Parts: sequence; C-alpha cells; structure tokens
Amino acid sequence: MTSETTHIATSAEHSENHGMSDAGYIRIAAILAAITALEVSTVYVDFGPLFLPALLIMMVVKFIMVVSYFMHLKFDNKLFSLMFYAGLVLAVGVYAAFLATFKFFIQ
Amino acid sequence: MTDTTAHGHTSSTGISNVKLGMWTFLGSECLLFGGLISTYMLYRGRVTGGPRPSQIFDIPFTSVSSFVLLMSSLTMVLAVSAAHKGEDRKTNLWLTVTALLGATFVGGQVYEFTAFYNEGLGFSTSLFGSSFYTLTGFHGVHVTVGIIMLMSLVGIFKRSEVPGKKAEVVEMIGLYWHFVDIVWIIIFTLVYLIPV
Repeated sequence: MTSETTHIATSAEHSENHGMSDAGYIRIAAILAAITALEVSTVYVDFGPLFLPALLIMMVVKFIMVVSYFMHLKFDNKLFSLMFYAGLVLAVGVYAAFLATFKFFIQ
Repeated sequence: MTDTTAHGHTSSTGISNVKLGMWTFLGSECLLFGGLISTYMLYRGRVTGGPRPSQIFDIPFTSVSSFVLLMSSLTMVLAVSAAHKGEDRKTNLWLTVTALLGATFVGGQVYEFTAFYNEGLGFSTSLFGSSFYTLTGFHGVHVTVGIIMLMSLVGIFKRSEVPGKKAEVVEMIGLYWHFVDIVWIIIFTLVYLIPV
C-alpha cells in the first residue's frame, strides 16, 4: 500500500467515525435546548449582577457544543479547527478594537 | 485510481480539500457576521423617535424560532450520520425535515419583520432599525440559501447524480447549516436577550 492510499484510507475511516452515536447527538441537542430555556428564563427571573456574565457564558457554551459535536471539530483534523478559529479570533479581535474606538465598552 | 482521488477530494496530506475549503469559508464568514453584529451593538440604542427594541421584541415568539433552528441542527447531524452509514432513505428524510424546520424559522422571521414594520420600525426609521434588519436579514438569507441547498440535494439524490462521495456532500452542507445555527445562537443572546 502506498503512502497516498494509506492517507486516503485513514481519512475515509476517520470521516466515518466521528466518535458519536445518534443517541449522543440527541443528548447534546437536549442539553442545548435546556441551556436555551435557561437563557430565556433570564428575561423573566432576576439574576442580579450575574445576568450578563451568565448569558454570555451560556452563549459561548452553546456555540462550542455545536461546533465541537455537531460540526465534528472535536474529532476532526486540527487544521480545520485552525482555519475556523483563526477567522473567529480575527473577527473578535478586529471588531473588539472597532467597538473600543467608539468607546462602546465604557458607556 | 480510487473514487476519492478521481474526484480530487483528498490532498497528499490526507485532508479533504473540499472540507478544508468549507472551513476556510466559514472562518471568513465569521468576519462578515462579526461586522454586522458589531454595527448592531453600536447602533442598537439609536432609535431617534422610532420604537425601542424592548417595545417591539417578542421574546417568547423568538425563543420558539430559536428552538426550531436549534432542532434543525440535530436533524442535520442525523442526516450526516445516516449518509455516513449509507442509509439513503434516512438521509433524504432528515434532510427534508431540516429544510422544513429551516423554512419554519424563515417564515417566523418574515412574520416578525412584518409585525415590526406595522409597529413603526422601517429599515430607515432609525440606526437601530437599519442595523437590526441588515443583521437579521443577512442571517435569514443564509438560512434561505441553506434550505435551497438542502432541497437541491434531496432532488439530486433522487436522481442519483451525486458527484464525489455522497456522505461528504451532505457533511459540507451540514457544516454550512450548523454555522448558520451558531450565528443565530450569538444573535439571539446579543440582540434579543440583552436589553439596551
């Protein structure tokens, strides 16, 4: 077997085994639904000073869960993570600087 | 020559070129939506006589829409899973359900936009209105493009004219669909749940 075909076989095997069963995906979806319900509850229940941090943490947790499990980034080649998170970090950095120039964070 | 190499899907590193291209595209999409979200955050308090966000947002309605889109991510991942197992009927079923859930979300957005317009928030009413409609409208267009891709895929599968590996084609559209979902996760929190 040549090096190229070994690579291809490994890739095909990898793509068919994302490390999660259908039941696992349903569990992840149930957790995401529960977090969404908790997010919505912040509108009706007074969380005090925890309101904003709690909402932002729940948003980030949901984001990471979808990217890691539904988009398989946790189980896939690290180069895909690099391409995606490079764009994300660049976007967050550029637009945080953009908002800072308009004094958004000190209003 | 294997089927994979015949379609040029795999580079010498063993990484799918198509998949790498899709992830690079999604990384660049972060910059597009980052700009739109930042602009909204900057202008969300500029209402200039028009209705304020708290006066028009219907949180229960948008929560249901968000839940529908979230569940469409589940049906999409089940379609990808079925495609990897070679279960064509299940793949088609889950792709169709995903498209229907997406259509329900877009229908909800059309209803919401109509309700907001009737309450006095036009596109040029205020900076809040312009940035809100631009951000959520761009997202809605992305969902609509996703629905068109899903339904096209179902149609193509029925005629068995899928180029390359079927599972990979479903997975690529799945990545796009999940991206649309994660963008909404951010929009739902920053636009609807955090008060001005």
